[in-house]
Amino acid sequence: MLRLFAVLVAISTAILIFAGGLVTSTGSGLSVPDWPNTYGWFMWTFPLSKMVGGIFYEHAHRLIASTVGLLILILAVWLARAEPRRWVRRLGYVALAAVITQGVLGGITVLWYLPDAISIAHASLAQIVFCLTATIALATSPAWKRGYDAPVPDDRVLQRLAMVTTGVIYLQILIGATMRHTGAGLAIPDFPLAFGRLLPPVWDAKIAIHFAHRVGALIVTSLILATTGHVLFHHRRASQLRRPAVALAILVSLQVTLGAATVLSGRQFIINSLHVVTGALVLVTSLVLTLRAHRGRFALAANVAVRPAVSDLSYREASA
Amino acid sequence: MSAACRRLVPAAACAATVFLFSCGGGGQTPAPAASGSGTTTSSVPADIDPATAAGISGKVTFEGTPPSPKPIKLTSDPFCAGANPGLTTEGGLVGPGGVVQNVFVYVKDGLTGRTFPAPAEPIVLDQKGCHYTPHVIGIQVGQPLQIINSDATLHNVHGLAKANKEFNAGQPIQGMKMTHTFSAVEVMVPFKCDVHGWMRAWVGVLDHPYYAVTGTDGAFSLKGLPPGTYTVEAWHEQFGTSTQMITVAEKETKDITFTFKGA
Repeated sequence: MLRLFAVLVAISTAILIFAGGLVTSTGSGLSVPDWPNTYGWFMWTFPLSKMVGGIFYEHAHRLIASTVGLLILILAVWLARAEPRRWVRRLGYVALAAVITQGVLGGITVLWYLPDAISIAHASLAQIVFCLTATIALATSPAWKRGYDAPVPDDRVLQRLAMVTTGVIYLQILIGATMRHTGAGLAIPDFPLAFGRLLPPVWDAKIAIHFAHRVGALIVTSLILATTGHVLFHHRRASQLRRPAVALAILVSLQVTLGAATVLSGRQFIINSLHVVTGALVLVTSLVLTLRAHRGRFALAANVAVRPAVSDLSYREASA
Repeated sequence: MSAACRRLVPAAACAATVFLFSCGGGGQTPAPAASGSGTTTSSVPADIDPATAAGISGKVTFEGTPPSPKPIKLTSDPFCAGANPGLTTEGGLVGPGGVVQNVFVYVKDGLTGRTFPAPAEPIVLDQKGCHYTPHVIGIQVGQPLQIINSDATLHNVHGLAKANKEFNAGQPIQGMKMTHTFSAVEVMVPFKCDVHGWMRAWVGVLDHPYYAVTGTDGAFSLKGLPPGTYTVEAWHEQFGTSTQMITVAEKETKDITFTFKGA
Protein backbone atom coordinates (compact mmCIF):
# COMPACT_ATOMS: atom_id res chain seq x y z
CA MET A 1 0.00 0.00 0.00
CA LEU A 2 2.77 2.43 0.89
CA ARG A 3 4.38 1.81 -2.46
CA LEU A 4 1.11 2.44 -4.31
CA PHE A 5 0.51 5.58 -2.33
CA ALA A 6 4.03 6.83 -3.07
CA VAL A 7 3.43 6.27 -6.79
CA LEU A 8 0.15 8.17 -6.52
CA VAL A 9 1.95 11.07 -4.86
CA ALA A 10 4.62 11.13 -7.57
CA ILE A 11 1.98 11.11 -10.32
CA SER A 12 0.04 13.87 -8.58
CA THR A 13 3.23 15.93 -8.43
CA ALA A 14 3.64 15.58 -12.20
CA ILE A 15 0.03 16.70 -12.66
CA LEU A 16 0.74 19.67 -10.43
CA ILE A 17 3.71 20.64 -12.60
CA PHE A 18 1.48 20.49 -15.67
CA ALA A 19 -1.11 22.67 -13.91
CA GLY A 20 1.63 25.13 -12.98
CA GLY A 21 2.75 25.17 -16.60
CA LEU A 22 -0.78 26.07 -17.64
CA VAL A 23 -0.80 29.01 -15.22
CA THR A 24 2.35 30.48 -16.73
CA SER A 25 1.45 29.60 -20.31
CA THR A 26 -1.92 31.35 -20.06
CA GLY A 27 -0.49 34.33 -18.18
CA SER A 28 -2.88 33.67 -15.32
CA GLY A 29 -0.41 33.93 -12.45
CA LEU A 30 -1.94 37.11 -11.08
CA SER A 31 -5.56 36.45 -11.92
CA VAL A 32 -6.14 35.73 -8.25
CA PRO A 33 -4.57 38.73 -6.51
CA ASP A 34 -4.77 37.47 -2.93
CA TRP A 35 -3.14 34.51 -1.22
CA PRO A 36 -3.79 32.15 0.53
CA ASN A 37 -7.41 33.19 0.03
CA THR A 38 -9.05 33.48 -3.38
CA TYR A 39 -10.87 36.79 -3.82
CA GLY A 40 -11.46 36.74 -0.09
CA TRP A 41 -12.90 33.21 -0.04
CA PHE A 42 -11.20 30.42 1.83
CA MET A 43 -9.58 28.47 -0.96
CA TRP A 44 -11.76 25.38 -0.71
CA THR A 45 -15.01 27.35 -0.53
CA PHE A 46 -14.43 29.44 -3.64
CA PRO A 47 -17.45 28.82 -5.91
CA LEU A 48 -16.76 26.67 -8.96
CA SER A 49 -19.00 28.97 -10.99
CA LYS A 50 -16.52 31.78 -10.45
CA MET A 51 -13.58 29.85 -11.86
CA VAL A 52 -13.58 31.78 -15.12
CA GLY A 53 -10.82 33.02 -17.41
CA GLY A 54 -7.41 32.98 -15.78
CA ILE A 55 -8.91 32.16 -12.38
CA PHE A 56 -9.65 28.66 -13.64
CA TYR A 57 -5.96 27.92 -14.13
CA GLU A 58 -4.61 29.74 -11.11
CA HIS A 59 -7.20 28.52 -8.64
CA ALA A 60 -7.09 24.96 -9.99
CA HIS A 61 -3.31 25.06 -9.55
CA ARG A 62 -3.76 26.12 -5.95
CA LEU A 63 -6.29 23.36 -5.26
CA ILE A 64 -4.08 20.71 -6.84
CA ALA A 65 -1.05 22.07 -4.99
CA SER A 66 -2.87 21.93 -1.68
CA THR A 67 -3.94 18.36 -2.39
CA VAL A 68 -0.39 17.36 -3.29
CA GLY A 69 0.85 19.04 -0.12
CA LEU A 70 -1.62 17.04 1.93
CA LEU A 71 -0.64 13.82 0.14
CA ILE A 72 3.04 14.46 0.83
CA LEU A 73 2.24 15.15 4.48
CA ILE A 74 0.45 11.79 4.70
CA LEU A 75 3.34 10.13 2.88
CA ALA A 76 5.89 11.60 5.29
CA VAL A 77 3.88 10.46 8.31
CA TRP A 78 3.36 7.05 6.78
CA LEU A 79 7.07 6.68 6.09
CA ALA A 80 7.89 7.83 9.62
CA ARG A 81 5.70 5.13 11.05
CA ALA A 82 6.24 2.25 8.65
CA GLU A 83 9.54 2.65 6.86
CA PRO A 84 12.56 0.97 8.47
CA ARG A 85 15.21 2.73 6.36
CA ARG A 86 16.24 6.02 7.86
CA TRP A 87 17.25 7.61 4.55
CA VAL A 88 13.82 6.92 3.07
CA ARG A 89 12.12 8.37 6.14
CA ARG A 90 14.33 11.41 5.78
CA LEU A 91 13.37 11.75 2.15
CA GLY A 92 9.76 12.00 3.33
CA TYR A 93 10.63 14.82 5.72
CA VAL A 94 12.64 16.64 3.05
CA ALA A 95 9.79 16.27 0.53
CA LEU A 96 7.39 17.70 3.09
CA ALA A 97 9.67 20.65 3.82
CA ALA A 98 10.18 21.18 0.09
CA VAL A 99 6.48 21.20 -0.75
CA ILE A 100 5.74 23.62 2.10
CA THR A 101 8.51 25.90 0.87
CA GLN A 102 7.10 25.53 -2.63
CA GLY A 103 3.68 26.65 -1.44
CA VAL A 104 5.15 29.68 0.33
CA LEU A 105 7.15 30.59 -2.80
CA GLY A 106 3.97 30.32 -4.82
CA GLY A 107 2.21 32.67 -2.44
CA ILE A 108 5.08 35.15 -2.34
CA THR A 109 5.35 35.28 -6.10
CA VAL A 110 1.66 36.21 -6.33
CA LEU A 111 1.84 38.82 -3.58
CA TRP A 112 5.00 40.33 -5.06
CA TYR A 113 3.66 40.37 -8.64
CA LEU A 114 5.71 37.52 -10.05
CA PRO A 115 9.30 38.66 -9.56
CA ASP A 116 11.48 36.63 -11.91
CA ALA A 117 13.77 35.27 -9.19
CA ILE A 118 10.91 33.94 -7.04
CA SER A 119 8.99 32.56 -10.00
CA ILE A 120 12.10 30.77 -11.29
CA ALA A 121 12.79 29.41 -7.80
CA HIS A 122 9.17 28.21 -7.63
CA ALA A 123 9.53 26.42 -10.96
CA SER A 124 12.88 24.92 -10.02
CA LEU A 125 11.79 23.67 -6.61
CA ALA A 126 8.79 22.01 -8.24
CA GLN A 127 11.23 19.74 -10.07
CA ILE A 128 12.99 18.91 -6.81
CA VAL A 129 9.68 17.99 -5.18
CA PHE A 130 8.92 15.72 -8.14
CA CYS A 131 12.37 14.14 -7.88
CA LEU A 132 11.87 13.53 -4.16
CA THR A 133 8.45 11.93 -4.52
CA ALA A 134 9.66 9.82 -7.45
CA THR A 135 12.68 8.70 -5.43
CA ILE A 136 10.43 7.68 -2.54
CA ALA A 137 8.20 5.77 -4.96
CA LEU A 138 11.27 4.03 -6.35
CA ALA A 139 12.80 3.25 -2.98
CA THR A 140 9.55 1.75 -1.67
CA SER A 141 9.12 -0.55 -4.67
CA PRO A 142 9.54 -4.28 -4.03
CA ALA A 143 12.06 -4.61 -6.86
CA TRP A 144 14.30 -1.90 -5.42
CA LYS A 145 14.06 -3.43 -1.96
CA ARG A 146 15.16 -6.82 -3.10
CA GLY A 147 17.90 -5.40 -5.28
CA TYR A 148 16.28 -6.40 -8.58
CA ASP A 149 16.15 -9.83 -10.10
CA ALA A 150 19.08 -9.27 -12.40
CA PRO A 151 21.39 -7.01 -10.44
CA VAL A 152 24.20 -5.46 -12.40
CA PRO A 153 27.73 -4.93 -11.25
CA ASP A 154 28.84 -1.43 -10.42
CA ASP A 155 29.38 0.29 -13.73
CA ARG A 156 31.30 3.44 -12.92
CA VAL A 157 30.97 4.77 -16.44
CA LEU A 158 27.22 4.39 -16.38
CA GLN A 159 26.96 5.80 -12.88
CA ARG A 160 28.90 8.92 -13.80
CA LEU A 161 27.24 9.32 -17.17
CA ALA A 162 23.75 9.00 -15.71
CA MET A 163 24.57 11.34 -12.84
CA VAL A 164 26.00 13.99 -15.15
CA THR A 165 23.03 13.59 -17.48
CA THR A 166 20.59 14.11 -14.61
CA GLY A 167 22.49 17.16 -13.40
CA VAL A 168 22.64 18.68 -16.89
CA ILE A 169 18.92 18.04 -17.43
CA TYR A 170 18.20 19.92 -14.22
CA LEU A 171 20.40 22.81 -15.34
CA GLN A 172 18.59 22.80 -18.67
CA ILE A 173 15.27 23.00 -16.81
CA LEU A 174 16.60 25.97 -14.82
CA ILE A 175 17.50 27.72 -18.07
CA GLY A 176 14.06 26.85 -19.41
CA ALA A 177 12.40 28.28 -16.30
CA THR A 178 14.47 31.43 -16.65
CA MET A 179 13.49 31.72 -20.30
CA ARG A 180 9.87 31.16 -19.44
CA HIS A 181 9.64 33.63 -16.60
CA THR A 182 11.60 36.37 -18.31
CA GLY A 183 9.37 36.23 -21.36
CA ALA A 184 12.11 34.95 -23.66
CA GLY A 185 10.16 31.99 -25.01
CA LEU A 186 9.78 33.55 -28.44
CA ALA A 187 12.92 35.67 -28.39
CA ILE A 188 14.06 33.51 -31.29
CA PRO A 189 10.91 33.09 -33.34
CA ASP A 190 12.01 30.41 -35.80
CA PHE A 191 13.16 26.81 -35.47
CA PRO A 192 15.52 25.03 -35.96
CA LEU A 193 17.45 28.07 -37.17
CA ALA A 194 17.74 31.33 -35.26
CA PHE A 195 16.56 34.25 -37.39
CA GLY A 196 17.38 32.10 -40.41
CA ARG A 197 20.93 31.40 -39.28
CA LEU A 198 22.79 28.91 -37.15
CA LEU A 199 23.74 31.66 -34.72
CA PRO A 200 21.51 34.63 -33.96
CA PRO A 201 22.70 37.70 -35.88
CA VAL A 202 21.67 39.95 -32.99
CA TRP A 203 21.99 39.38 -29.29
CA ASP A 204 20.30 40.61 -26.16
CA ALA A 205 19.63 39.00 -22.80
CA LYS A 206 16.46 37.26 -23.92
CA ILE A 207 17.95 35.94 -27.13
CA ALA A 208 20.95 34.69 -25.16
CA ILE A 209 18.75 32.85 -22.65
CA HIS A 210 16.65 31.36 -25.42
CA PHE A 211 19.69 30.29 -27.41
CA ALA A 212 21.28 28.81 -24.28
CA HIS A 213 18.17 26.67 -23.85
CA ARG A 214 18.52 25.40 -27.42
CA VAL A 215 22.20 24.63 -26.94
CA GLY A 216 21.27 22.96 -23.66
CA ALA A 217 18.76 20.81 -25.52
CA LEU A 218 21.52 19.62 -27.85
CA ILE A 219 23.79 18.76 -24.92
CA VAL A 220 21.03 16.99 -23.01
CA THR A 221 20.00 15.01 -26.09
CA SER A 222 23.60 13.96 -26.71
CA LEU A 223 24.07 12.88 -23.11
CA ILE A 224 20.82 10.94 -23.09
CA LEU A 225 21.69 9.19 -26.33
CA ALA A 226 25.09 8.31 -24.89
CA THR A 227 23.51 7.00 -21.69
CA THR A 228 20.85 5.03 -23.51
CA GLY A 229 23.41 3.65 -25.93
CA HIS A 230 25.65 2.60 -23.06
CA VAL A 231 22.82 0.81 -21.28
CA LEU A 232 21.65 -0.97 -24.42
CA PHE A 233 25.18 -2.02 -25.28
CA HIS A 234 26.33 -3.13 -21.84
CA HIS A 235 23.19 -3.90 -19.81
CA ARG A 236 20.58 -4.92 -22.33
CA ARG A 237 19.35 -7.75 -20.08
CA ALA A 238 18.94 -5.59 -16.99
CA SER A 239 15.38 -4.40 -17.47
CA GLN A 240 15.63 -2.02 -14.51
CA LEU A 241 18.17 -0.05 -16.58
CA ARG A 242 16.95 -0.78 -20.08
CA ARG A 243 13.42 0.47 -19.48
CA PRO A 244 14.28 3.93 -18.13
CA ALA A 245 17.06 4.26 -20.71
CA VAL A 246 14.67 3.60 -23.59
CA ALA A 247 12.01 5.76 -21.98
CA LEU A 248 14.56 8.52 -21.65
CA ALA A 249 15.37 8.43 -25.36
CA ILE A 250 11.68 8.48 -26.27
CA LEU A 251 10.90 11.27 -23.82
CA VAL A 252 13.74 13.50 -24.97
CA SER A 253 12.61 13.07 -28.59
CA LEU A 254 9.12 14.08 -27.55
CA GLN A 255 10.52 16.95 -25.53
CA VAL A 256 12.54 18.39 -28.43
CA THR A 257 9.47 18.07 -30.65
CA LEU A 258 7.35 19.87 -28.07
CA GLY A 259 9.99 22.57 -27.72
CA ALA A 260 9.97 23.17 -31.47
CA ALA A 261 6.16 23.11 -31.52
CA THR A 262 6.09 25.62 -28.67
CA VAL A 263 8.09 28.10 -30.73
CA LEU A 264 6.37 27.41 -34.04
CA SER A 265 2.89 27.62 -32.50
CA GLY A 266 3.66 30.94 -30.88
CA ARG A 267 3.63 29.34 -27.42
CA GLN A 268 0.27 27.61 -27.69
CA PHE A 269 -0.50 27.13 -24.03
CA ILE A 270 -1.21 23.39 -23.96
CA ILE A 271 1.85 22.54 -26.06
CA ASN A 272 3.90 24.86 -23.88
CA SER A 273 2.65 23.20 -20.68
CA LEU A 274 3.24 19.73 -22.08
CA HIS A 275 6.81 20.85 -22.78
CA VAL A 276 7.16 21.79 -19.11
CA VAL A 277 5.83 18.52 -17.73
CA THR A 278 7.72 16.40 -20.26
CA GLY A 279 10.90 18.13 -19.16
CA ALA A 280 10.08 17.07 -15.61
CA LEU A 281 9.49 13.49 -16.80
CA VAL A 282 12.85 13.49 -18.60
CA LEU A 283 14.53 14.62 -15.39
CA VAL A 284 12.84 12.05 -13.19
CA THR A 285 13.41 9.21 -15.65
CA SER A 286 17.09 10.09 -15.75
CA LEU A 287 17.11 10.22 -11.96
CA VAL A 288 15.51 6.77 -11.75
CA LEU A 289 18.14 5.40 -14.13
CA THR A 290 20.87 7.05 -12.07
CA LEU A 291 19.54 5.62 -8.82
CA ARG A 292 19.15 2.16 -10.28
CA ALA A 293 22.69 2.34 -11.66
CA HIS A 294 23.77 3.07 -8.09
CA ARG A 295 21.52 0.46 -6.53
CA GLY A 296 24.46 -1.59 -5.41
CA ARG A 297 25.57 1.22 -3.12
CA PHE A 298 22.36 1.09 -1.11
CA ALA A 299 21.73 -1.50 1.54
CA LEU A 300 19.12 -4.14 0.90
CA ALA A 301 15.91 -3.06 2.51
CA ALA A 302 14.96 -5.97 4.64
CA ASN A 303 17.71 -5.32 7.16
CA VAL A 304 19.07 -8.75 6.36
CA ALA A 305 22.73 -9.32 6.04
CA VAL A 306 23.79 -7.48 2.98
CA ARG A 307 25.46 -9.73 0.50
CA PRO A 308 26.46 -9.06 -3.04
CA ALA A 309 24.09 -10.74 -5.45
CA VAL A 310 26.86 -11.36 -7.90
CA SER A 311 30.47 -11.89 -7.27
CA ASP A 312 31.82 -8.58 -8.52
CA LEU A 313 29.30 -6.37 -6.76
CA SER A 314 30.67 -4.04 -4.19
CA TYR A 315 27.67 -3.16 -2.12
CA ARG A 316 28.20 -0.68 0.60
CA GLU A 317 26.22 -0.43 3.72
CA ALA A 318 23.92 2.51 3.75
CA SER A 319 23.68 4.57 6.84
CA ALA A 320 20.58 2.68 7.83
CA MET B 1 -18.85 55.91 -18.46
CA SER B 2 -22.12 57.73 -17.91
CA ALA B 3 -21.43 58.12 -14.22
CA ALA B 4 -18.11 59.68 -15.04
CA CYS B 5 -19.74 61.96 -17.53
CA ARG B 6 -22.14 63.23 -14.95
CA ARG B 7 -19.24 64.09 -12.76
CA LEU B 8 -16.94 65.62 -15.26
CA VAL B 9 -18.60 67.16 -18.24
CA PRO B 10 -21.88 68.80 -18.96
CA ALA B 11 -24.60 66.52 -20.12
CA ALA B 12 -24.74 67.95 -23.62
CA ALA B 13 -21.10 67.24 -24.25
CA CYS B 14 -21.49 63.78 -22.82
CA ALA B 15 -24.30 62.98 -25.21
CA ALA B 16 -22.22 64.21 -28.12
CA THR B 17 -19.26 62.08 -27.14
CA VAL B 18 -21.25 58.96 -26.71
CA PHE B 19 -18.70 56.54 -27.95
CA LEU B 20 -15.73 56.24 -25.74
CA PHE B 21 -13.43 58.90 -24.62
CA SER B 22 -15.48 61.79 -23.53
CA CYS B 23 -14.49 61.71 -19.91
CA GLY B 24 -11.26 62.26 -18.12
CA GLY B 25 -9.24 65.33 -18.81
CA GLY B 26 -7.14 66.46 -16.01
CA GLY B 27 -8.53 69.88 -15.23
CA GLN B 28 -10.29 71.16 -12.23
CA THR B 29 -13.31 72.26 -14.28
CA PRO B 30 -13.41 70.13 -17.37
CA ALA B 31 -14.39 71.84 -20.58
CA PRO B 32 -16.84 70.43 -23.06
CA ALA B 33 -15.27 68.29 -25.71
CA ALA B 34 -16.04 68.64 -29.36
CA SER B 35 -18.36 66.20 -30.97
CA GLY B 36 -16.68 62.88 -31.57
CA SER B 37 -13.44 63.99 -30.09
CA GLY B 38 -11.56 62.58 -27.18
CA THR B 39 -10.62 64.26 -23.98
CA THR B 40 -9.37 67.81 -23.97
CA THR B 41 -7.50 69.75 -21.43
CA SER B 42 -9.74 71.60 -19.14
CA SER B 43 -9.86 74.96 -17.54
CA VAL B 44 -7.02 77.38 -17.26
CA PRO B 45 -5.14 76.72 -14.03
CA ALA B 46 -5.47 79.37 -11.37
CA ASP B 47 -2.07 80.97 -11.88
CA ILE B 48 -2.47 81.35 -15.64
CA ASP B 49 -4.17 84.40 -17.04
CA PRO B 50 -7.16 83.21 -19.11
CA ALA B 51 -6.97 86.34 -21.19
CA THR B 52 -3.59 85.35 -22.58
CA ALA B 53 -3.97 81.58 -22.56
CA ALA B 54 -3.05 79.73 -25.73
CA GLY B 55 -3.92 76.35 -27.09
CA ILE B 56 -2.72 73.52 -29.29
CA SER B 57 -5.14 71.37 -31.19
CA GLY B 58 -5.03 69.03 -34.11
CA LYS B 59 -5.42 65.50 -35.32
CA VAL B 60 -3.57 62.25 -35.27
CA THR B 61 -3.48 60.28 -38.49
CA PHE B 62 -2.03 57.06 -39.79
CA GLU B 63 -0.41 56.47 -43.17
CA GLY B 64 -0.30 53.00 -44.57
CA THR B 65 -2.41 49.92 -44.06
CA PRO B 66 -3.82 50.04 -40.55
CA PRO B 67 -4.16 46.89 -38.49
CA SER B 68 -7.65 45.44 -38.53
CA PRO B 69 -9.43 45.01 -35.23
CA LYS B 70 -9.52 41.32 -34.42
CA PRO B 71 -12.38 39.50 -32.75
CA ILE B 72 -11.62 38.42 -29.21
CA LYS B 73 -12.41 34.88 -28.12
CA LEU B 74 -14.49 35.23 -24.97
CA THR B 75 -15.37 31.63 -24.30
CA SER B 76 -13.27 31.44 -21.16
CA ASP B 77 -15.96 33.42 -19.35
CA PRO B 78 -19.59 32.80 -20.27
CA PHE B 79 -20.59 36.18 -18.84
CA CYS B 80 -18.24 38.02 -21.21
CA ALA B 81 -19.35 35.92 -24.17
CA GLY B 82 -22.94 36.91 -23.45
CA ALA B 83 -22.34 40.51 -22.47
CA ASN B 84 -20.11 41.60 -25.33
CA PRO B 85 -20.12 39.00 -28.10
CA GLY B 86 -18.69 41.31 -30.77
CA LEU B 87 -15.74 42.57 -28.78
CA THR B 88 -12.65 43.28 -30.87
CA THR B 89 -9.13 44.43 -30.15
CA GLU B 90 -8.87 48.15 -29.48
CA GLY B 91 -5.19 48.69 -30.08
CA GLY B 92 -5.12 50.05 -33.60
CA LEU B 93 -8.42 51.80 -34.19
CA VAL B 94 -8.04 53.87 -37.36
CA GLY B 95 -11.09 55.62 -38.77
CA PRO B 96 -12.01 57.14 -42.13
CA GLY B 97 -9.29 59.40 -43.47
CA GLY B 98 -6.73 57.60 -41.38
CA VAL B 99 -7.63 59.29 -38.09
CA VAL B 100 -6.34 57.44 -35.08
CA GLN B 101 -8.32 56.86 -31.93
CA ASN B 102 -6.94 56.31 -28.44
CA VAL B 103 -3.83 58.44 -28.82
CA PHE B 104 -2.62 60.13 -25.66
CA VAL B 105 -1.41 63.62 -26.59
CA TYR B 106 0.28 65.61 -23.87
CA VAL B 107 2.75 68.34 -23.08
CA LYS B 108 5.95 66.50 -22.40
CA ASP B 109 8.15 69.47 -21.76
CA GLY B 110 7.84 73.23 -21.34
CA LEU B 111 6.01 73.58 -18.07
CA THR B 112 9.02 73.39 -15.78
CA GLY B 113 8.66 75.52 -12.68
CA ARG B 114 4.89 75.49 -12.67
CA THR B 115 2.82 73.45 -10.30
CA PHE B 116 -0.72 72.32 -10.81
CA PRO B 117 -2.80 71.10 -7.88
CA ALA B 118 -4.38 67.72 -8.32
CA PRO B 119 -8.12 67.91 -9.01
CA ALA B 120 -10.38 66.37 -6.41
CA GLU B 121 -12.76 64.95 -9.01
CA PRO B 122 -11.99 61.35 -9.74
CA ILE B 123 -11.28 59.96 -13.16
CA VAL B 124 -13.40 56.87 -13.72
CA LEU B 125 -12.17 53.65 -15.26
CA ASP B 126 -14.98 51.19 -15.71
CA GLN B 127 -14.86 47.48 -16.38
CA LYS B 128 -17.97 46.97 -18.42
CA GLY B 129 -18.71 44.24 -20.92
CA CYS B 130 -15.33 42.72 -20.11
CA HIS B 131 -13.32 45.60 -21.41
CA TYR B 132 -12.07 48.85 -19.95
CA THR B 133 -13.94 52.07 -20.61
CA PRO B 134 -12.19 54.28 -21.54
CA HIS B 135 -9.31 52.39 -23.11
CA VAL B 136 -6.85 55.27 -22.65
CA ILE B 137 -7.08 57.95 -19.99
CA GLY B 138 -5.00 60.69 -18.48
CA ILE B 139 -4.83 61.67 -14.85
CA GLN B 140 -2.82 63.97 -12.65
CA VAL B 141 -0.52 62.89 -9.87
CA GLY B 142 -2.59 62.76 -6.70
CA GLN B 143 -5.91 62.82 -8.50
CA PRO B 144 -8.18 59.92 -7.53
CA LEU B 145 -8.73 57.18 -10.08
CA GLN B 146 -11.99 55.41 -9.38
CA ILE B 147 -12.09 51.90 -10.75
CA ILE B 148 -15.48 50.24 -11.04
CA ASN B 149 -16.54 46.72 -11.84
CA SER B 150 -19.87 47.01 -13.65
CA ASP B 151 -19.78 43.37 -14.73
CA ALA B 152 -21.44 40.40 -13.10
CA THR B 153 -18.14 38.56 -13.19
CA LEU B 154 -14.80 38.79 -11.42
CA HIS B 155 -12.09 41.15 -12.52
CA ASN B 156 -8.69 41.86 -11.11
CA VAL B 157 -7.24 45.30 -11.62
CA HIS B 158 -3.53 45.03 -12.24
CA GLY B 159 -1.63 48.25 -12.71
CA LEU B 160 1.83 47.43 -14.05
CA ALA B 161 3.41 50.69 -13.00
CA LYS B 162 7.16 51.27 -13.03
CA ALA B 163 7.67 54.76 -11.63
CA ASN B 164 4.64 54.27 -9.39
CA LYS B 165 3.88 51.28 -7.25
CA GLU B 166 2.57 48.22 -9.04
CA PHE B 167 -0.74 47.02 -7.65
CA ASN B 168 -3.17 44.17 -8.15
CA ALA B 169 -6.59 44.15 -6.57
CA GLY B 170 -9.57 41.87 -6.94
CA GLN B 171 -13.09 43.05 -7.69
CA PRO B 172 -15.15 39.88 -7.50
CA ILE B 173 -18.56 41.49 -7.06
CA GLN B 174 -20.54 43.62 -9.48
CA GLY B 175 -20.63 47.26 -8.45
CA MET B 176 -17.39 47.16 -6.46
CA LYS B 177 -15.37 50.35 -6.54
CA MET B 178 -11.84 51.16 -5.53
CA THR B 179 -9.85 54.35 -5.62
CA HIS B 180 -6.21 54.57 -6.51
CA THR B 181 -3.87 57.53 -6.72
CA PHE B 182 -0.51 57.80 -8.44
CA SER B 183 2.44 59.50 -6.81
CA ALA B 184 4.73 60.01 -9.79
CA VAL B 185 4.59 61.03 -13.42
CA GLU B 186 4.46 58.01 -15.69
CA VAL B 187 3.51 57.73 -19.35
CA MET B 188 1.97 55.20 -19.62
CA VAL B 189 0.85 52.84 -16.87
CA PRO B 190 -0.54 49.66 -18.45
CA PHE B 191 -3.61 48.17 -16.79
CA LYS B 192 -4.61 44.59 -17.35
CA CYS B 193 -7.05 42.06 -16.08
CA ASP B 194 -5.29 38.73 -15.64
CA VAL B 195 -8.63 36.96 -15.46
CA HIS B 196 -9.52 38.16 -18.95
CA GLY B 197 -6.22 38.38 -20.74
CA TRP B 198 -7.53 40.61 -23.54
CA MET B 199 -8.48 43.46 -21.21
CA ARG B 200 -6.02 46.30 -21.46
CA ALA B 201 -6.15 49.98 -20.56
CA TRP B 202 -3.50 52.67 -20.46
CA VAL B 203 -3.22 55.50 -17.98
CA GLY B 204 -1.03 58.54 -18.56
CA VAL B 205 -0.01 60.11 -15.26
CA LEU B 206 1.13 63.72 -15.45
CA ASP B 207 1.82 66.56 -13.05
CA HIS B 208 -0.23 68.98 -15.14
CA PRO B 209 -3.60 69.03 -16.88
CA TYR B 210 -2.40 69.48 -20.47
CA TYR B 211 -3.30 66.21 -22.08
CA ALA B 212 -6.00 64.75 -24.29
CA VAL B 213 -7.02 61.43 -25.74
CA THR B 214 -8.15 61.30 -29.34
CA GLY B 215 -11.64 60.11 -30.02
CA THR B 216 -13.23 58.62 -33.09
CA ASP B 217 -12.32 61.70 -35.15
CA GLY B 218 -8.66 61.56 -34.16
CA ALA B 219 -8.84 65.09 -32.78
CA PHE B 220 -7.30 66.53 -29.66
CA SER B 221 -7.17 69.91 -28.01
CA LEU B 222 -4.89 71.24 -25.31
CA LYS B 223 -6.40 74.44 -23.95
CA GLY B 224 -5.40 77.03 -21.39
CA LEU B 225 -1.67 76.85 -22.00
CA PRO B 226 0.50 79.74 -20.91
CA PRO B 227 2.29 81.23 -23.93
CA GLY B 228 5.57 79.45 -24.53
CA THR B 229 7.42 76.70 -26.31
CA TYR B 230 6.38 73.11 -25.67
CA THR B 231 7.35 69.64 -26.60
CA VAL B 232 4.11 67.84 -27.37
CA GLU B 233 4.10 64.08 -27.63
CA ALA B 234 1.54 61.73 -29.12
CA TRP B 235 1.63 58.23 -27.65
CA HIS B 236 -0.07 55.21 -29.10
CA GLU B 237 0.10 51.70 -27.71
CA GLN B 238 0.92 50.12 -31.08
CA PHE B 239 2.27 52.92 -33.21
CA GLY B 240 4.72 54.31 -30.66
CA THR B 241 5.39 57.97 -30.01
CA SER B 242 5.82 61.11 -32.04
CA THR B 243 6.92 64.51 -30.74
CA GLN B 244 6.75 68.06 -32.01
CA MET B 245 8.13 71.33 -30.69
CA ILE B 246 5.46 74.03 -30.74
CA THR B 247 5.60 77.68 -29.78
CA VAL B 248 2.36 79.44 -28.99
CA ALA B 249 1.93 83.16 -28.40
CA GLU B 250 -0.70 84.84 -26.26
CA LYS B 251 -4.26 83.85 -27.22
CA GLU B 252 -2.90 81.82 -30.09
CA THR B 253 -4.18 78.36 -30.94
CA LYS B 254 -2.00 76.31 -33.21
CA ASP B 255 -3.16 73.37 -35.27
CA ILE B 256 -0.78 70.47 -35.64
CA THR B 257 -0.96 66.98 -37.03
CA PHE B 258 0.79 63.90 -35.81
CA THR B 259 1.21 61.19 -38.40
CA PHE B 260 2.13 57.63 -37.61
CA LYS B 261 3.37 55.52 -40.46
CA GLY B 262 2.73 51.86 -41.04
CA ALA B 263 5.44 49.42 -41.84
